[in-house]
Amino acid sequence: SVSHSQITRLYSRFTSLDKGENGPLSREDFQRIPELAINPLGDRIINAFFPEGEDQVNFRGFMRTLAHFRPIEDNEKSKDQNGPEPLNSRSNKLHFAFRLYDLDKDDKISRDELLQVLRMMVGVNISDEQLGSIADRTIQEADQDGDSAISFAEFVKVLEKVDVEQKMSIRFLH
Amino acid sequence: LDYQHVQVPFEITLWIMLASLAKIGFHLYNKLPSVVPESCLLIFVGLIMGGIIYGLNDRSPPVMDSDIFFLYLLPPIVLDAGYFMPSRPFFENIGTILLYAVVGTIWNVFGIGFSLYGICQVKAFRLQDVSLLHNLLFGSLIAAVDPVAVLAVFEEIHVNEKLHILVFGESLLNDAVTVVLYKLFRSFCEMPTIKSVDVFAGIGKFFVVGLGGVLVGLSFGFTAAFTTRFTKDIRVIEPLFVFLYSYLSYLTAEMFHLSGIVAIISCAMGMKRYVEANISLKSHTTVKYFMKMWSSVSDTLIFIFLGVSTIGENHEWNWPYICFTVIFCLIWRALGVLVLTFFVNRFHVNTITSKDQFIIAYGGLRGAICFSLVFLLPDFHRKKLFIAATTVVILFTVFIQGMTIRPLVDLLAVKRKRESAPTVGEQIHIRFLDHLLAGIEDISGHWGQYYWKDKLEYFNSKYLQKILLREYDQPKSSIVLLYEKLERKHAIELAQAGQLGHGPAHPSFLCSAFLCSSSDRTVITDQKLEDTLNPDVLDNMQEILARNLYRIRRTGPAYNRHTLPGDSEPTEQAKEILILRHKSL
Repeated sequence: SVSHSQITRLYSRFTSLDKGENGPLSREDFQRIPELAINPLGDRIINAFFPEGEDQVNFRGFMRTLAHFRPIEDNEKSKDQNGPEPLNSRSNKLHFAFRLYDLDKDDKISRDELLQVLRMMVGVNISDEQLGSIADRTIQEADQDGDSAISFAEFVKVLEKVDVEQKMSIRFLH
Repeated sequence: LDYQHVQVPFEITLWIMLASLAKIGFHLYNKLPSVVPESCLLIFVGLIMGGIIYGLNDRSPPVMDSDIFFLYLLPPIVLDAGYFMPSRPFFENIGTILLYAVVGTIWNVFGIGFSLYGICQVKAFRLQDVSLLHNLLFGSLIAAVDPVAVLAVFEEIHVNEKLHILVFGESLLNDAVTVVLYKLFRSFCEMPTIKSVDVFAGIGKFFVVGLGGVLVGLSFGFTAAFTTRFTKDIRVIEPLFVFLYSYLSYLTAEMFHLSGIVAIISCAMGMKRYVEANISLKSHTTVKYFMKMWSSVSDTLIFIFLGVSTIGENHEWNWPYICFTVIFCLIWRALGVLVLTFFVNRFHVNTITSKDQFIIAYGGLRGAICFSLVFLLPDFHRKKLFIAATTVVILFTVFIQGMTIRPLVDLLAVKRKRESAPTVGEQIHIRFLDHLLAGIEDISGHWGQYYWKDKLEYFNSKYLQKILLREYDQPKSSIVLLYEKLERKHAIELAQAGQLGHGPAHPSFLCSAFLCSSSDRTVITDQKLEDTLNPDVLDNMQEILARNLYRIRRTGPAYNRHTLPGDSEPTEQAKEILILRHKSL
């Protein structure tokens, strides 16, 4: 669970994003953040906050999404394995990232979905053919069951050497 | 020939012309700036000039007058630095910066002073008449890291933004400490006895100098902002106010024996947002260009004069003292950085790595400020010794440290990356995660000082904006302005092309050149799997990705001496992303 001071700080951030309405946040409130406008994945990140089909997110939903990005504390690792997995476990962090790729929610990243994300992330100097071969190569490296798509397990395997805990955690100052 | 009549302006103009021509010369030969930093080349030119003058006149060339340096050459550079200082990273790291600037400088001063005094005790060096106080005085002027030299060298090596701002911020802010200690020790030299009351007065003076500088700067900054509120009808002289008020703040601070550098920086940072909102776009561009121009010229002149003043009969070459000065400067700086970083890392989760520490320690260059301060010393019989030592230290740091820092940084960087190269998939997913984290950080607004920033924003919107801004609109960030400009431009283009409602799915007007060239290559329609396993294709892909994936912000310095903000790569990237997203809406 998140500490009290962190909750207060995030709540003040939540209210400051919500210009004047004092209620749930809408997509426009997020789009007003200037740094997000020039983030290549900006739209997808914003969408990740909003539950299926809804246009508003309340503070609880806001916190829930951000909770994925808490650093993994050492003393949590040795906690009871039988309880529900915390939101900021490595597996849940990766699942969050996976959902940003997988728009149609079929638990697979297809070639088209990968191409869409790639196109957002590269500059204008790469042609469609080059991007296509990069996407093919990515799928080919990860694909183990031969379905020309990346499943969640395959995604996890690709990133096994990467320090996901560090890459997907916001470090709060003490 | 009426040379006497025009002599002074003529000579000044000739020096500036020499400086500018030298700059052109360096950039004509492309490879040179990457091997030898510009500052070294400029000192070299100065040495040649000094040699020529010495040879012609057979006496020492004109030494750089300390007044000229402090009153005319230094302010433009510091103003440029303060105005374009990226405020977010600066304030995020302000604690660390202040720690290095204040505690680090004091540590260096006393360390160098005491160890040099120890050296003076050795009978063989014939230095026993240099007292402890003289050594401390010398220590106070040689210990400070110089912003001009740091800027000149750090431009060539591309370090991450945080490191850049740490060293740079430290070099700017340690001026307050240097001023206090220098004046303190100098007055102690003249006093017959020193009581502990005087020492405490000195400590108190430090706070007065620092905070007083900030106050003076902020008051001039806000006055400037207030003035520009009324300049709507005389746009032509708007840029002048920026420069006049900043210069006045510097001079006023110097007049009251406060820190001029701190004053001019606070003035620039304080007035920036309001002035930019009030003045016209053209005035804004003018301000930026003039600032860059003046600081560039000053910078060049300083290094040339440094070279010129080295030649001559001002030096007493006592080699043991000089060598030990250089050694102690390096040792104490390294020790100081190590100890301070140890404390900093205890309190912050974003640790400063050992590679960073090396760069901070090795990048502590001395420059023209020390040089001018040593000439300001009162004339006593050992002054020439100090001048010689200062000259050698400066030449050493600028030439040797300046030239070797880049290969050393590359060497250290290469050592870390000796693991296996990431696969294409890893490369993509890692960058994906980096962008994701950057986005989440922006949404959660998580930077530790957010509390104070919020308070400041509140104060700003309730009071300051109403007084200092002409229109009450939210000052828009440059990205938002760009977005609006793109919207208008896009709408006009679509209307002209008659294509409203039927936009291309791909930014074809940007890519058409590349698509044409790529269709000349053979397009492989049936991708054979074996082809993608081809190592050449793989290397090519990784290289293509490395070059073309959008960078996350914060991987490069936001402040650059030679380019205007708005012309650099991150802004180009931002524009591309905005255009692409706009097309997909």
